[in-house]
Amino acid sequence: MANVTLRNVRKTYTGGFEAIKGVNVDVADGQFCVLVGPSGCGKSTLLRMVAGLETVTGGEIDIGGRVVNQIEPADRDIAMVFQNYALYPHMSVYNNMAYGLRNRGMAEAEIKTRVAEAARVLELSAMLERKPRQLSGGQRQRVAMGRAIVRQPKVFLFDEPLSNLDAKLRIAMRVEIRKLQRRLNTTSIYVTHDQLEAMTLADVLVVMNGGQVEQVGNPLAIYEKPATTFVASFIGAPPMNLMSTRPDEIKSQLGGSATEADIVGIRPEDFVITDQAPAGGVALPLTVEAIERVGAETFVYGSREQEDQRVAATPGELPPGEIIVRIPGTDAPAIGQKIRVAAVRPKLHLFSADGRTRIEA
Amino acid sequence: MVEDEGIRRYVAHFILWIGIAIVAFPVYIAIIASTQDNALIANGQMSLLPGGHFFEVYYQTIFVGTSGSTREPVGNMMLNSLVMALAIAIGKIAISIISAYAIVYFRFPFRMSIFWIIFITLMLPVEVRIYPTYKIVADLHMLDSYAGLSLPLIASATATLLFRQFFMTVPDELLEASRIDGAGPLRFFWDTLLPLSRTNMAALFVILFILGWNQYLWPLLITTRDDMQTIQVGIRKMITTTDALTEWPIVMATAVLAMLPPVFVVVVMQKLFVRGLVETEK
Repeated sequence: MANVTLRNVRKTYTGGFEAIKGVNVDVADGQFCVLVGPSGCGKSTLLRMVAGLETVTGGEIDIGGRVVNQIEPADRDIAMVFQNYALYPHMSVYNNMAYGLRNRGMAEAEIKTRVAEAARVLELSAMLERKPRQLSGGQRQRVAMGRAIVRQPKVFLFDEPLSNLDAKLRIAMRVEIRKLQRRLNTTSIYVTHDQLEAMTLADVLVVMNGGQVEQVGNPLAIYEKPATTFVASFIGAPPMNLMSTRPDEIKSQLGGSATEADIVGIRPEDFVITDQAPAGGVALPLTVEAIERVGAETFVYGSREQEDQRVAATPGELPPGEIIVRIPGTDAPAIGQKIRVAAVRPKLHLFSADGRTRIEA
Repeated sequence: MVEDEGIRRYVAHFILWIGIAIVAFPVYIAIIASTQDNALIANGQMSLLPGGHFFEVYYQTIFVGTSGSTREPVGNMMLNSLVMALAIAIGKIAISIISAYAIVYFRFPFRMSIFWIIFITLMLPVEVRIYPTYKIVADLHMLDSYAGLSLPLIASATATLLFRQFFMTVPDELLEASRIDGAGPLRFFWDTLLPLSRTNMAALFVILFILGWNQYLWPLLITTRDDMQTIQVGIRKMITTTDALTEWPIVMATAVLAMLPPVFVVVVMQKLFVRGLVETEK
């Protein structure tokens, strides 16, 4: 059992590329920490630095009160689950799990007990003699987990462990991982690009972008009070609608201290289709352009009269001027219809012009 | 349409059988000739059916040898060839898998230069560097020895490249998982890389064993003692006789015996060999 502390951790490659630009994270003992961010944000690099697979070029990594910068991966008392599982293809399931223990000179009897226990927990007992190629994806995933569990390490590291599974299995395994971690109460660091996985698994959520930490905190707190426009659009699906307040249409509605805000963000689920304008809130006229019915809820894609007022927070987002509204049920307006949507004041997220500062008002 | 299919199939089979006959006939002749009486062959009256001297001829070949030209039982020649071929095949695999491991998994100064030097030796087979190699072997007093027969042929750029290519397809995560599991470089090599290379090694062994077995020029040069002759050199010596009749049944029996070990290696290794070529699973 241990806490993990990253103090101003940096990674600069020999070519001069700075992959990690000074990260500070504190994971308390037994907590489940999720690193989330788009591809190339440095989250995997950071995890591999904690594992000892990448050198640390600045700052300190502290596991259980010991700075491990110069310590070999095997001696850091960590276990890692890889994205492609990295099972030894020529070894049986039993040997895959026992290998790390044997290398540490553990007695065979103790190894047997530990592997049997892990296999029981992961429902692998019937396939201990099989080779990895005879297993399904989900079973391989569980063997990889088993290999980590038997070590009884201080810290589990997960590098996108579910991304090779199909959607249904991914959800099932997600729940499994969370239950297992709760029961073992082992400090865990988990890397994913899937914000849903991040939200559901994390005790502490670390949102990363461009080698830096954008926001750290409880997932719901981050959802409710994103610190930057990047976090606002990354956490939550469909993403938050971000609009410039510059046209008087919005600014005049906001009034008061909120006038210094240049960007206003509203989550699709916070809009209501109504003709009334709530005091201090925002009301917008929309033309319905597309409808997506998914059963329990419906997504309405609408365009505002004025183009280009929506702030594109990250590339590949909705075109400017497009607004997503999420309404419960299947009762939706027709395509081409003109509607008015509104959001009340507490549901507004206000940001400075560069999107780096949240404004509370 | 269906009848057409049938005729076509017979024609195809017929053509294939002709091909097989063309390839197999010389082998058949060798086997037949090795059971005939020498005088009959010398007269040009060799029958295409097996003669009655099978045991006699093979006994003489293996344990006595020809009466004139080689003075050495073929059994001993086969032993020499076998030792040489095994030493070359195993030595080549051992050396090249280790050097490939160094080149792929370690960062050391001049790593790429060393790789290219190994690569360039592809252009220097024994035939090209035969004089300097002979000089070195002679200076080391390795003439007429198994070491002299095999050592100079052991270094292999081809096998090194093959293993290098294979190692590069092994996912990095396996190495990383091994590191986290507390396996050092030697353990990773022994516990993970070697087992994964098994099929490659088997495929390579087949090729290299036959290569070693068929060596002619090098053994001819460095062996002068009769008891160090290899079988390939022996066959050639048996045929060229200056003042006596070539003992054809013995020559043919030797040829047949020379074919057996490679055939054995190919048949036994076939399964592993094919798997080595088709296995993509990592």
